[in-house]
Amino acid sequence: MATVTLTINGEKVTREVENRRLLVQLLREDLRMTGTHVGCDTTQCGCCTVLFNGDAVKSCTVLAQQADGADVVTIEGIGTAEKLHPVQQAFHEKHGLQCGFCTPGMVMNSVDLLQKNPSPSEQDVRHWLEGNLCRCTGYHNIVEAVLHAADTMKAKA
Amino acid sequence: MYDFEYAKAKSVSDAAARLKATDGAKLLAGGMTLLPTIKLRLAKPSALVDLGRLGDLKGITVAGGIVTIKAMTRHADVLRSADVAKAIPALVTLAGGIGDVQVRHRGTIGGSVANNDPAADYPAGCLGLGATIVTSKRELAADDFFQALFTTALQPDEIITEIKFPVPERAAYIKFKNPASRYAIVGAFVSKGPKGVRVAITGAGDNGVFRIAAMEQALTKSFTAKAIEGIKVDPGNMLGDIHASSEYRAHLVTVMAKRAVVACG
Repeated sequence: MATVTLTINGEKVTREVENRRLLVQLLREDLRMTGTHVGCDTTQCGCCTVLFNGDAVKSCTVLAQQADGADVVTIEGIGTAEKLHPVQQAFHEKHGLQCGFCTPGMVMNSVDLLQKNPSPSEQDVRHWLEGNLCRCTGYHNIVEAVLHAADTMKAKA
Repeated sequence: MYDFEYAKAKSVSDAAARLKATDGAKLLAGGMTLLPTIKLRLAKPSALVDLGRLGDLKGITVAGGIVTIKAMTRHADVLRSADVAKAIPALVTLAGGIGDVQVRHRGTIGGSVANNDPAADYPAGCLGLGATIVTSKRELAADDFFQALFTTALQPDEIITEIKFPVPERAAYIKFKNPASRYAIVGAFVSKGPKGVRVAITGAGDNGVFRIAAMEQALTKSFTAKAIEGIKVDPGNMLGDIHASSEYRAHLVTVMAKRAVVACG
C-alpha cells in the first residue's frame, strides 16, 4: 500500500492504494467517477482515455502510483449536463455516437487533439483517433463531430 | 493482476541497486508493454522499479553528427522533435507509427529497446542506423545488443540510459503493419551514412531483428531498389502466425526493403 496525491479535475485528491491499483480503478472504484469507461482493459480500445499532465493516455495502463503528483482531467472535468464542452456539444449535434460506451474516451482524446492542433484535417482526426475503437458508428459521425468542434471552438476563440 | 512491490527510483544507481537487491524485480519505463503483460499474467515480477521520475533520463540532443535520445524519452517527444526531424526524419516516421496517440504519450525508446519485441520498431531503427546503446555500465553497438526474441545483452542490473544515432546521409523506415496492433508484420530500416549501407528488418525474423548482408553489399554498389529485387530471405528463418505465414513474411522483406530504398530518395 502507498499514499498517492494527485490533482483530478482541478481538485487535490489523496488516497491509499495497493501497488497494483490502476489509475482507472482509482477513478472509477475509489472515487466513483464512472464517466471514464473500461472497454477492453488491454490498452486497445481507448474508452478509458484521460488527460495526464496534458496528454491523452489510457488510464487502464497507468498505475495509480505512476500518477502520484500528476494532473489528471477526466470526462467529468470538461463540462456539465447544463454546459457541455464544445466537443461534447459537437458529438451531440453530429450524432457522433450510438451506444455511447466509447464516447468518453473519444471526447477526451479529441480534446487533446484540438488543444494541440486547433485546425485538424479529416485525415489528422482519423489518424489521431486510431487508438479509440467504436463498435457502432463506423466513425463517420465521430470525425464529423470533431471537425465541427474545431470550427465552433475557433469561432469562440 | 497479482500485486508486486513498487518503488520510484531516485537515480539510475538507485534503480540498479534495487534491481540487484530484489529477485524478480523489473524496471518500469512507460509500461505500455510491461503493464498489459502483467495484467494478462504473462509476467509476474516481484517488484517494479519505476524510472518515471528521473528527469535526467529524458531529452534529445543533436551534436557532432550524433542524435542522442535519452532512455525515458517518449515516442511522442521524438515524433514532435524538430531536431530529430531535421537530422534523421526516418526516426520521426518510426516513432509516429508506434501504437497509437495514447501509447506514444507513455511509451519510451528505452523500454522498447530493452524489451526487444521481435515486431517492435525501435530495434530496426537502432540496428539500421548502427546506433550505440549506452547503459549504466558500458556502451554497446546495436549489432551486439539485440540477441534473440525478447533477449538483449543487458545484464540483470544494467539500465539503458541513452541511445546514440549517427546521422546518416539518407535513411527510411517502411513498415507493413498489423492493422489492429500497429506492430510490424515486416518493417525495413535502410540507411546510408557513416556506418556504410545498413538494412535492418523487424517483425519477420524468428530470432528477432536482423540485417541482410547481401542487400547491404548490393546497395553499396548501386543504391537502387532494382539492386536488391532478386535478394530473398529464407522463409525457414521467418516467423509465421495467423497474420502472415513465414513465406509471406519472406516475400514482404524484399518488398519493404525495396520501398525503403526508394523512400531514401
